[in-house]
Amino acid sequence: MRKGKKRFEEKMFRYLSAGITLFIVFLLLHIIWSIASKGFAALSWQMITDEPKGGFYFGKEGGILNAIAGSFYLAVAATILSFAISLPVALFINVYLRKYPRRANAIRFFLDVLWGIPSIVYGAFAFTIMMFAGLRTSLIAGIITVAVMIAPIMIRAMDEVLKTIPIGLQEAAYALGATKTETAFHIFLRKALPAFATAILLAFGRGIGDAASVLFTTGFTDYVPSSIQEPAATLPLAIFFQLGSPVKEVQSRAYAAALLLTIIILVVSVLTRLLNRHTRQS
Amino acid sequence: MEQTTATLKGIIHPYEHYGEGLTQPIVEVKGLNVFSKNAQILKNIHLSVPKNKITVLLGPSGCGKTTLLKCLNRLTDLYSDLRLDGSIFIDNEDILNTPRDITEIRQKMGLLLQRPFPLPMSIAGNITYGLKLKGIRNKKILEAKVEKHLRDVALWDEVKDRLSHSANSLSIGQQQRLCLARGLAVEPEIILADEPTSALDPISSKVIEEEFIKLKNDYTIILVTHILRQAKRLADYVVFMYYGEIVEHGDAEEIFNNPKTALLKHYLESGY
Ligand SMILES: Nc1ncnc2c1ncn2[C@@H]1O[C@H](COP(=O)(O)OP(=O)(O)OP(=O)(O)O)[C@@H](O)[C@H]1O
Ligand SMILES: [Mg+2]
Repeated sequence: MRKGKKRFEEKMFRYLSAGITLFIVFLLLHIIWSIASKGFAALSWQMITDEPKGGFYFGKEGGILNAIAGSFYLAVAATILSFAISLPVALFINVYLRKYPRRANAIRFFLDVLWGIPSIVYGAFAFTIMMFAGLRTSLIAGIITVAVMIAPIMIRAMDEVLKTIPIGLQEAAYALGATKTETAFHIFLRKALPAFATAILLAFGRGIGDAASVLFTTGFTDYVPSSIQEPAATLPLAIFFQLGSPVKEVQSRAYAAALLLTIIILVVSVLTRLLNRHTRQS
Repeated sequence: MEQTTATLKGIIHPYEHYGEGLTQPIVEVKGLNVFSKNAQILKNIHLSVPKNKITVLLGPSGCGKTTLLKCLNRLTDLYSDLRLDGSIFIDNEDILNTPRDITEIRQKMGLLLQRPFPLPMSIAGNITYGLKLKGIRNKKILEAKVEKHLRDVALWDEVKDRLSHSANSLSIGQQQRLCLARGLAVEPEIILADEPTSALDPISSKVIEEEFIKLKNDYTIILVTHILRQAKRLADYVVFMYYGEIVEHGDAEEIFNNPKTALLKHYLESGY
C-alpha cells in the first residue's frame, strides 16, 4: 500500500517537473524564434554599419550602429569599472572578514538585496543626483550607473569563488610571512582569477541588456558618441523606441536590434559556460 | 589573578623534569590559556621546546594539539572566537605581547599542515614566494635557493625539468615535500608540522620522516602526530596532552618506556 503510494508520488513529481521544464524551454525557444523570424528579415549590412539617417524613424535609410557602439562602449567600460570596485570588496570579505563570518554574511545579505533592486531604481537614483549636480545625460553617467548596478552581481559571483578557497591556503601564506593584503592580492586573486571570468561575463551580460538604468542617464542619440560626455544610444533603448513606432519597417528593425542583442547575450552565456567548464577541469 | 599565577609559577616550576642532555629551549610557553566562545581549549600550558630536537605532541583527537601549534606562530589570529592569554617566548621574545610585526616572527617558523596547500603559482614560485616577501629579488640567489631547498627535501631530481609548471601538477606526496621546502626557504629556526604525513602514502611518509631526521641538525622541529609508531621513530622529546592539558612530558625514552600517569599508560597501550 504505502509503497504504491510512494511510487505514485515519485512518478507524479517526475512528470510534473519534467512538464514544467519542457514548458519553460518551449517558451524560451518561442521567444528566440519570434525574435529571429521577425528580426532576420530586417537585418542587413547597413543595419549594423550605419548610423540612423534622416527619416530613419519613418522607415527610411540608416542603421543602428549608434546603439551597437553605444552599448558596447557602455557595457565594456561599466564592466571594467565595476571590476575595479568589486575586486577589493570581494577580497575584503574573504580575506579580512574570514575571521568575522557574521559580518561577512551581513555584507553578503546586503549585496543580495542590492542585486534584487530593479534597475529603474538605480537609473532614477542616478538621475536625481545628476539633476542635483546639474549634469546632462552622458555616456559616463550611464557607465557609472551600470557599473554600480552590476557591482553586487560581480561581487557575489567573485565571492562564491573566493569562498571555496580553503583556510589552509590562507594559513600557508601567513606562515610564510605574508600580510593580509599580500595574501589577498598574491594568493587569493591568483587562485580565483580564472574563475572570475565567469563573474565578469555574467555582469557584462546584465549590463548590456538593461534598458531602465540607462534611460535617464545615458539618454539617446543618433550618433556614435565621440566622447564620454556625450549622450549615447544603447540597444535596449533602440528596441524600446522603435518598437513603439507605428511604422511597420521601424518595428521590424526593433526585432533586428533585439536579435542582435540576443545573439550577443547568447554568445556571452555560452562563453561563460565554456570558461566555467575549462577552469573547473584545470 | 595575575598574582596567583605568578606565585604558582614560582612554586611548581614546570621545567623541573626537564630532560638532561637536552639543549637550551628555543620556544617557551608560559601559562598559556586558549578560550573559545564557550570552552577552554588549552589550560595553563607550560612547555619548553629544546633546540635541534624533534618534539612530538601526542594525544587523542580534539585535545588541542593543532591549537597549540597554531598558537606558536599566532595563526590563531585568523579565528575571531579564540582568545589567548599567557606568554609564548620565541628567542626570548614574547610573541603574544610584542609590538613587532607578526609577519616577521612567522618567518622564523616553517609550517607544514595536514594536507599540502601549494600556492597558486609555479613550483619554483612556491619556493621563492617567501623570499620575495623578504625583499630578495636577485635572480641568481633565488634560483640557487630553489635548487638548494628542493634538494633538501629530495624533490629536485623529480621536478628540475618543470620548475615553471604549476605546483598543482605534482602528486600529493610531492606537494607536501614542496610545502616543506617552501617553509625551509625563508630560513626558519623552527619547523611546525601538524600530522604532515596523514594524507600521504607510506613511501612518501617515509621520505618526510627521513627529512625530519636530517633536518633536526639545523632546525628545531615540533611535530603533531597521531601515529604512535611514528612518534617512537622520530621523537627526542614527547609532550602528552589530554583535554587541553599537558599531562606528561619528557625525554622520548622515558615517556615510552616508563610512563608515569595512568592516562599516558592507557594511551600507549591502546597503541593507535
Ligand atoms: N576556531 C575554533 N573555535 C572554537 N573551537 C575550536 C576552534 N579550533 C579548535 N577548536 C576546538 O578545540 C579543541 C581542540 O582542537 P584541535 O584541533 O586543537 O585538536 P587536535 O588535538 O589537533 O585534534 P586532532 O588530533 O583531531 O587534529 C576541539 O574541541 C575543537 O573543537
Ligand atoms: Mg589537529
